[in-house]
Amino acid sequence: MAVKKFVVGSFDDEAVLFPAVKKVRQAGYKIHDVYTPFPVHGLDHAMGLRETSLHTAGFIYAITGTTTALSFMSWVFTTDWPMNIGGKPHFPLPAFIPITFELTVLFSAVGMVMTFMYLCQMAPFVKKHIFHPRQTDDLFVMAIEVSEKTNAEEVKGFLSSVGAKEINEQTAEAGWWLGRFDREDKVFAK
Amino acid sequence: MHLKYESTLREPLVDGVKDYHQVTEDIISPIEAKPGKLWYIGLFISIALLLFGVFSVFWEVYFGTGVWNLNKTIGWGWDITNFVWWVGIGHAGTLISAILLLFRQGWRTGVNRAAEAMTIFAVMCAGQFPIWHMGRVWMAFFVLPYPNTRGPLWVNFNSPLLWDVFAISTYFTVSLLFWYSGLLPDFATVRDRAKTKLRKMLYGVASFGWTGSTKHWQRHESLSLVLAGLSTPLVLSVHTIVSFDFATSVIPGWHTTIFPPYFVAGAIFSGFAMVQTLLIITRKILGLEDYITLGHIEAMNKVIVLTGSIVGVAYLTELFMAWYSGVQYEFDTFYKFRAAGPLGWSYWIMMTCNVISPQVFWFRKMRRNIMVTFIMSIIVNIGMWFERFVIICTSLYRDYLPSSWSYYRPSWPEVGFYLGTFGLFFTCYFLFAKYFPVIAVAEIKSILKTSGKNFKDKMDVYEEQSVEKFAHDNTAHH
Repeated sequence: MAVKKFVVGSFDDEAVLFPAVKKVRQAGYKIHDVYTPFPVHGLDHAMGLRETSLHTAGFIYAITGTTTALSFMSWVFTTDWPMNIGGKPHFPLPAFIPITFELTVLFSAVGMVMTFMYLCQMAPFVKKHIFHPRQTDDLFVMAIEVSEKTNAEEVKGFLSSVGAKEINEQTAEAGWWLGRFDREDKVFAK
Repeated sequence: MHLKYESTLREPLVDGVKDYHQVTEDIISPIEAKPGKLWYIGLFISIALLLFGVFSVFWEVYFGTGVWNLNKTIGWGWDITNFVWWVGIGHAGTLISAILLLFRQGWRTGVNRAAEAMTIFAVMCAGQFPIWHMGRVWMAFFVLPYPNTRGPLWVNFNSPLLWDVFAISTYFTVSLLFWYSGLLPDFATVRDRAKTKLRKMLYGVASFGWTGSTKHWQRHESLSLVLAGLSTPLVLSVHTIVSFDFATSVIPGWHTTIFPPYFVAGAIFSGFAMVQTLLIITRKILGLEDYITLGHIEAMNKVIVLTGSIVGVAYLTELFMAWYSGVQYEFDTFYKFRAAGPLGWSYWIMMTCNVISPQVFWFRKMRRNIMVTFIMSIIVNIGMWFERFVIICTSLYRDYLPSSWSYYRPSWPEVGFYLGTFGLFFTCYFLFAKYFPVIAVAEIKSILKTSGKNFKDKMDVYEEQSVEKFAHDNTAHH
């Protein structure tokens, strides 16, 4: 949670954005984030982001679901209340498969979505700074963090040389806070 | 660049001259505009039907399930018929969003959002039937395995009816998560364009604070892909489990191993028909012909003719097995009570609608004809409803004891309840079409460069130039 200074450049084509990202990184500037209206494939690699492990989390949730379902049903039918249902065995493994499968899927899907929300800090009434209102429409917006060492004017010049159309400077909360998008920013941490 | 290149020979998925902003404009502006007269009329009729349904259900709960024309012989009638029918309708949505995503079918992007919405509303309708069928619905929670004061007496995990509880609730939850996580970026687009404060607030809350950050997109894509991977077997399992409700019993006409694949094919068949019905109206009213093109409609018609033919093969297999097995009861059910018999008329409606009529889609001209498609989609839905009816009622109305043989026609609360679910479905759909982006905006943008008409035309010019250049180079060389 910190209010920081950013130089923000908007690009109108992902074909211009890619070499720009490369050059900005080569020049040693710190890219805070790039905002795109749709998933641009390979941009995460260009920015040097780590692969997400969300699918690994999904796998762990799935295994949890399988274990929960199998062990619970076995416990119920063999230990807690072994009831004779039409002379069927107390441990009918094939009959357990449908529910085991459903719970595997359920645990995995719900767990993954919740993890996704947690990692991205997303929930109703979560508010984040929007650098450009058209970043969810048709612009590819790059926000570069300005530290004491960097010269904002120099960054602006650099951005325009790599093809940015609209360039400006913004002071904004870098993280998220609770709020509504129709209200003025009320950042709780300053 | 990592942007894929698609053949220029392939039909464009997005017609007209579009850039990214134009896509947003086309799809989001109906949300911002005032709804037309047709929308109000449609919504009014839907709500009226819904209220009639609520009244019918109230009647049934107040006086008991006796007000339905079910009896000892026919314990399942319109209620379970409608349940299976509605669940089946839901399947096309998941199929489009999950299986076609895994198979990298670009055309799904134009239709997946509406189809997924249809899935959710259809499953909501489906779930009503078993619940109200219980009679004492205030005890519906008994189907859940929870520590209780009765022993602890647990539910029967061996029962296909309990598998249904898990299957339907999981299916609903996963479809809802899949649908909503896909909606987040589009809600953010609506929010950032919003002119009024109310809209900004509501879509701001609904978008969960989505910004379009690259890291978020990366996770979002991973999430969609895994959810698709999970939904693909899920959608097959749900209707398989629904078919177990019948297949694991010993009623002639139900006790067959062909049921799971046959039910799944039938579900996809009816689901795609419903998608066609809805999308043909939606694209016309919202002016989305550039995004839901004839190519999309043709692709779905191909799925309809395929699954319709699978269903047809299943019907013939059943007839063959009824004869070949040498079981008298099976033979009688299929040849005397289904094909002939007092309820035989329903069998022939089913055959005509499901097996014979979809064969028109072997002709490209028919597949690309909007009117033919629309009429066919209605016919298929009627046919598939009759399929569920034939399976359930024509197996039950002639049981092992000729003294208990009976005929079945629904009472008004049964019909009213069915109409009520139409009301629920269309009320939800009308609200969806007005307040939600009916097409996945972000996904359309991601295929625009490879499959948009505008870009294909540019690519054609480029290719012509390079062919000329090639010819020129070759002549220069010699």
